[in-house]
Amino acid sequence: MNIVVKLFATFRNGRFKVAGQEHPAGTDCRKVMVSLGLTEEEIGVVMINGRHATLDQLLHEGDTLSLFPLVGGG
Amino acid sequence: MDKILRVNMTELSSKIETVPTAWAGLGGRGLTSTIVAAEVPATCHPLGENNKLVFAPGLLTGTAAANSGRLSAGAKSPLTGTIKESNAGGTAAQMLARLGVKALIIEGLPKADKWYSLHVTKDGVTVQEESELVGKGNFAVIEAIEARLGKKTGILTIGVAGELKMTAANISVKDPDSKIRSHGRGGLGAVMGSKKIKFISIDDAGAPGVKIADPEKFKVAARTFAKALLDHPVSGEGLPTYGTNVLVNILNEAGGLPTRNFTVGQFKGADKISGETMHDTIVARGGKPKHGCHAGCIIQCSQVYPDKEGKYVTSGFEYETIWGLGADCCIDNLDDIAQADSLMDDIGIDSIETAVMFGVAMEAGILPWGDSKELLRLLSEEIGKGTPLGRILGGGAVSVGRAYGVTRVPVVKGQGIPAYDPRSVKGIGITYATSTMGADHTSGYTIATNILNVGGYVDPLKKDGQVELSRNLQIATAAVDSTGMCIFVAFPALDIPECLPALIDMLNARFGIALTGDDVTNLGKHILKTERQFNIEAGFNKSHDRLPEFFNTETVAPHNAIWDFTDAEIDEFWNF
Repeated sequence: MNIVVKLFATFRNGRFKVAGQEHPAGTDCRKVMVSLGLTEEEIGVVMINGRHATLDQLLHEGDTLSLFPLVGGG
Repeated sequence: MDKILRVNMTELSSKIETVPTAWAGLGGRGLTSTIVAAEVPATCHPLGENNKLVFAPGLLTGTAAANSGRLSAGAKSPLTGTIKESNAGGTAAQMLARLGVKALIIEGLPKADKWYSLHVTKDGVTVQEESELVGKGNFAVIEAIEARLGKKTGILTIGVAGELKMTAANISVKDPDSKIRSHGRGGLGAVMGSKKIKFISIDDAGAPGVKIADPEKFKVAARTFAKALLDHPVSGEGLPTYGTNVLVNILNEAGGLPTRNFTVGQFKGADKISGETMHDTIVARGGKPKHGCHAGCIIQCSQVYPDKEGKYVTSGFEYETIWGLGADCCIDNLDDIAQADSLMDDIGIDSIETAVMFGVAMEAGILPWGDSKELLRLLSEEIGKGTPLGRILGGGAVSVGRAYGVTRVPVVKGQGIPAYDPRSVKGIGITYATSTMGADHTSGYTIATNILNVGGYVDPLKKDGQVELSRNLQIATAAVDSTGMCIFVAFPALDIPECLPALIDMLNARFGIALTGDDVTNLGKHILKTERQFNIEAGFNKSHDRLPEFFNTETVAPHNAIWDFTDAEIDEFWNF
């Protein structure tokens, strides 16, 4: 299945901003995270199509996966 | 010993008072709100002789505690008509604390049409006439006072907006680089202007300093606290790298970035104004990507933003400002937004209120959507010069909405709604509706838990758990606002178990007392109830704890979210 992966803040370093990726059906967010060389400790926010998601959630065709490190503001 | 400085602008006199026992355990917001509630008639005109402007450093200000240099300013707000507390970093808080000034209370109104300044030293406070700097922008005031009194002078100043009593006027504080931090919200600059005070200068030579009852205990607690600040990824890494502007992309992804005067939740130009772009721009141009707003800040969320030639444009370039002039006004030119930020510093006007105002102004047709050049012109030539249009604009979002017949005016209790759409981030909507301050995001920052997964997670698109979340954060924040701590200590405090106990240990070591976590919670509750009581006496009731009508009827894309809390559900907030 084809998904769009968006990376933010320090996750972009040495990687990309946006990329189309192909993954087998039934891939969860954690598998994509691992394939990018990211660890669970680093993950701050995971979103699928703009909604908060967990690493165990499955991705589907056409989904946009957004990954943020732990960041904050005011 | 600690003292209260009281200035009477009707008599042009001052006195030094001992601290009443009832105030001994209070500082920062706890003290300003207690004094305003006790001494200001709730129905007074905020620009009249019965309003008082109160400054108070926090309970830990002036100590070696990291991030403890915040000053609270309080009064009845001319913008909202409610009680108001606004806190800021900069140089003033620590100097006042070291001088033993627990609070500076300014009352009365000068009879003559003259301007004045106040000067605070170890001997008290004096009132003197001021004419040279009247009409000058804040940067010129700071430069002139440093030339007169020395580079180490602490300075609080109002710009043209405050002199003209515009209700969006702020009070500016000199930062360690002689640039500007702001007591932004609620028009406190207009209160200072009504009392004809152009600036307050502070000389802490010979200051007694802050006494610590148990120095050893304090040192240990301070170390634990500082470690927690540095260990937490938000305060220790995210904020120093990207500043608060890191939020543009997160809110945009979540569909909660108010765009085009709160009509959509995403902005096509978000990447161009994002924290990532800002960081890269600053680094490429030789600016400072991290920077502290007061001595002892180890979070360093501020930055120094230069132009293409590497020259200083602005510092303290915040998410709220960039969201507001950016997404809300459909401007994607970060350089123009930075220029506007600098202008607002100089004019002395709240960047959040002004940004929300410009969104309403664009909807009113005063200027085209996305027209950053006209926005800059309106700032410098109309607001900055106090023209009739400038005075309407400088009044804030309600002022413009009323003058031009606009219904989509995003305010609560007359104050502009900040950078998170309440329909798609429902927790912050409860804070906006119920805060005693009007639409205020810092008073109960549910974004931490709705969006950032700090302190757990509460789904921003559902009603469940939002009232409880906002309530707990508002209570905790009122207490933290009394310590002089920067509110960003809340990120580690929510996630790292040693952090809050270390803060309480520092309070106990400073004063030789034995506060518990429950005491801190009760302090927060007491402050909120005191503030609420003032507002009730000022004429506010539950009908004012509501969002503007259009949030109930207009959905916001991409999640087609709507504001669907019932009145009874919102009113549940005050059940504590």
